Amino acid sequence: MLSRTASNLYWLARYMERAETAARFLEVGARIALVPNVGHGYRNEWDALLRAAGTSIQFAQKYGEPIQRNIESHFFFDQENESSVAACLTRARENGRIVRTALTAQVWDALNTAYQELRELERTPRSELSLSQLTDWTMRTTALIRGTIDSTQLRNDNYDFLHVGYHLERADNTARLLDVKYYVLLPQVEFVGSGLDNYQWMTLLRAMSAHRAFHWAYGGEVTAARIAHFLILNPQCPRALITCVDGLNTHLERLGRGYGRRTPAQSAARQMLARLAETEVAEIFDVGLHEFLSRFIDEVGAVGQKVHDSYLSGDVR
Amino acid sequence: MKIQVDHLTRYHYDQPVRGVVQSHRLTPSRCTGQRVVRWDVSVSGGIKGGGFRDGAGDWVQAWTVTGPVSEIAVQVRGEVSTTDQSGVLRGHRETIPSVAWLRATSPTRADAALTELAQSATGDALTLAHALADAVADAIAYRPGATHAHTTAAEALALGEGVCQDHAHALIACARVRDMPARYVSGYLFADAQGNDHEAAHAWAEVWVDGLGWIGFDPANRCCPDDRYIRLGAGSDARAAAPIRGIARGSGVESLEVTVAVEAVQQ
Amino acid sequence: MIDFFNEMYDAGGVRPPYAKLRDWMDTMPAELRSLKQAEAEALFRRIGITFAVYGEGGDPDRLIPFDMFPRVFAHAEWRRLERGIKQRARALNAFLADVYDRGEIVRAGRIPKRLVYLNEAYEKAVAGIRPPKGVYSHIVGIDLVRTGPDEFYVLEDNCRTPSGVSYMLENREIMMRMFPDLFGANRIEPVDSYPSLLRRTLASVAPEKCPGDPTVVILTPGHFNSAYYEHSFLADLMGVELVEGQDLFVEGEHVWMRTTRGPERVDVIYRRIDDPFLDPLCFRPDSMLGVPGLMDVYRAGGVAIASAPGAGVADDKAIYCYVPEMVRFYLGEEPILENVPTWQCAKPDELKHVLANLPELVVKEVHGSGGYGMLVGPKASKEQIEAFRAKLTEQPHNYIAQPTLALSTVPTFVEEGVAPRHVDLRPYCLVGERIELVPGGLTRVALTEGSLVVNSSQGGGVKDTWVMAE
Repeated sequence: MLSRTASNLYWLARYMERAETAARFLEVGARIALVPNVGHGYRNEWDALLRAAGTSIQFAQKYGEPIQRNIESHFFFDQENESSVAACLTRARENGRIVRTALTAQVWDALNTAYQELRELERTPRSELSLSQLTDWTMRTTALIRGTIDSTQLRNDNYDFLHVGYHLERADNTARLLDVKYYVLLPQVEFVGSGLDNYQWMTLLRAMSAHRAFHWAYGGEVTAARIAHFLILNPQCPRALITCVDGLNTHLERLGRGYGRRTPAQSAARQMLARLAETEVAEIFDVGLHEFLSRFIDEVGAVGQKVHDSYLSGDVR
Repeated sequence: MKIQVDHLTRYHYDQPVRGVVQSHRLTPSRCTGQRVVRWDVSVSGGIKGGGFRDGAGDWVQAWTVTGPVSEIAVQVRGEVSTTDQSGVLRGHRETIPSVAWLRATSPTRADAALTELAQSATGDALTLAHALADAVADAIAYRPGATHAHTTAAEALALGEGVCQDHAHALIACARVRDMPARYVSGYLFADAQGNDHEAAHAWAEVWVDGLGWIGFDPANRCCPDDRYIRLGAGSDARAAAPIRGIARGSGVESLEVTVAVEAVQQ
Repeated sequence: MIDFFNEMYDAGGVRPPYAKLRDWMDTMPAELRSLKQAEAEALFRRIGITFAVYGEGGDPDRLIPFDMFPRVFAHAEWRRLERGIKQRARALNAFLADVYDRGEIVRAGRIPKRLVYLNEAYEKAVAGIRPPKGVYSHIVGIDLVRTGPDEFYVLEDNCRTPSGVSYMLENREIMMRMFPDLFGANRIEPVDSYPSLLRRTLASVAPEKCPGDPTVVILTPGHFNSAYYEHSFLADLMGVELVEGQDLFVEGEHVWMRTTRGPERVDVIYRRIDDPFLDPLCFRPDSMLGVPGLMDVYRAGGVAIASAPGAGVADDKAIYCYVPEMVRFYLGEEPILENVPTWQCAKPDELKHVLANLPELVVKEVHGSGGYGMLVGPKASKEQIEAFRAKLTEQPHNYIAQPTLALSTVPTFVEEGVAPRHVDLRPYCLVGERIELVPGGLTRVALTEGSLVVNSSQGGGVKDTWVMAE
């Protein structure tokens, strides 16, 4: 297939996943903000969110104060924020439009309908929209589109490039969402293990629609170690880093077999998976969660670059 | 006369480019008075593409260089045996009819001043062509550096200075004003010991004279091409007739260095 | 008042090809009609067939209005048209092969030398180059109008990249989905073989040195282009890649496409971008849409381009007057389809006639298209006529003039029910190793009462076009 087509499909998926993450960021923020601010030195929760999302400076320049309404604008409506729901969905649809013949009618329909609904939301007065409406809509829409992809797309290289995009983006995004904890809490070590600490962890789980699953999987007490294990190392959790990296490997392997050619992208992804599989929670906390996540995010970026060089750039030989 | 050419063009890119595509008009024309003894064109790291004879009768040869690459050398080496044809192009086969060379291009479009210059000359077709060449030589003094690659004939005339490219463009514009088909020719010039040693890689114009055909005029040297000239190819203007046209893919900035040696072979 | 030919009714009542449509029309309740109209629109929107109007801005997702009332040709009527269209397509290609070679028609004095060689569309860069099979224009769109039972005129030829064929296919698709009974009751010749015929035509002109099954691609300017839908639609139906200039590159003697598996050789390019943008090395150096070096590969016989660069010199409006002459000169036949009588304003005495009769004439720009820069005398205001008089006097060679034709009408669904509206027809003739024409084409309809301008950019709509089987 054309490298450009592969690239459009890959980015379509990445933008869809990123749109979903923007909504999840909003949800984490809203829930953390429900708890009263405790004591000195405790950073503004919204600000922590912006830092984890990597858009703190951009936000400050455009909006100044991190109040809820501005945060909503920033994460949902703002086309200038490349990671907002609206910007991601618009670009996902544009990528889809360019390669429409590579998508099934159902996928295109779902994508196009989402775009039309987004424009409708943009026209709706903000006073009539609650934050949960926005996040629910986003989650439902992104799930629908991914569902049509899974149930209708032919299992060919189109499908693999879509999923390489989805898994890479989700790996990156889960890591960033987890990292919110770092920005919210550090360096107030005294909060670790407190009720507030647990509340924040649970909020994260909720934002990833994983709190019930967590209880089923672990029962009992919520601890940082268990949550880290769940979101990083438990292959049952659909958003866990290991699950994403495993999915990434599956689709890169399929591409390699289909094309009869191995690429550096496969080797890099395989090494990532091997390292994760051998990692223990204790080691993660030894290194520091933030440090661990930062390194992981870098690795995801490196694999993304290799996917680009090996398939999407058009300079493949 | 036997003329030996050694023409090296070096392209340098400050950042490696993805690839380079070139189109060469670097082979001496097949015409009376010009016989190739040996001729060789090479491109460093290049893959030779297709070649064909175009509608103007010139041999065009394509080359590509696969990147990443940051330096390319195009080397032309050869020897041609020439005889003086008093500027008349003979024995040259081409498809494009002369009338098609009446169409102006942006560097050869006549403005009021060029039109006036063209109207100042008189005489029958051949005399008129000579008179136009003289008028252009008088109106534009030879001065390197006064103009650049994209200077138009109108601009050069307004400036009153220019190089062979500007002379050729101005003559083409004037001839067309007088309804005489005209075109740009690129080639090599052997400059003798007397000194008129400018521009070994040279350019002049050809004007169509009914009954005689294409006749070359070199206003820069106030003469018609003789056995010191090697003709490579023709086009509507300098860009169309360029011996090397190329495009690099990538963001690297190109710089260019050309050395040409055109010498008479000791007999 | 001009008497317009109504294709459905004549003095004797309903003309035979429309016989069965009468009941259909009469028995369709108004509610059903609007329901069906809405359904058709939803279908069009669903498949995404939209049209951005050139130069008008506004909604890029605008639909061309679709009229459900089909336009019908009897079998015998079509056979004659078919012969005429194929004849014309052959002559136009013979002309192109000639003017880029020895120019016999010019030497014979049958067409003025300067008109050909100083034409902006005459491309020096392809002179002396013979494209595979000697074909220049592979898809010839011939715009026809009808003024009587047996009177057809060619309005203009389109030898470059005539658009609109996706409408021909989609209109039929939608009619069949909405009114299957109609297709049971009438024996209508199918048009859906067009994409495979197009692919076969393109494959048949692959370069002689191409080994094996040729790789065909469609080259589009990109997804911002108003016809992008058509490009991707055709690519999909033909099963070929839709590429942009950036997806192709030249190496050695071939053109290659950038794929996820590495470079893949391309043999035939059906380009939907204009000549000046094809190759920045050969044409406009600022073109970002083209492929550097493409023209050298083409000229050296490494790739086929459809339509061939330079094909436009055959469909220029000033050249148009000489097409009947081409038929006689190259084919030794009498033209089956007539030209509209045309005055060339570049000729002083013809200009005089035009200026004296402006209110009755249609004046067109020689290089214009899309119904812009055009004067329809009988419909124009005094000011508009005077404005054109000034333009004509100043630049006569830019214009031609024709009598206002009494375009035929076909019943059309309008607000008040069914009413006659003026139509034209664009069939798409395919020229490769063989000449093919699917029985049908794009019927454009001027939806405004009395209007003679059918261009979609000027409020025109489209209809399904039926050719009855024998």
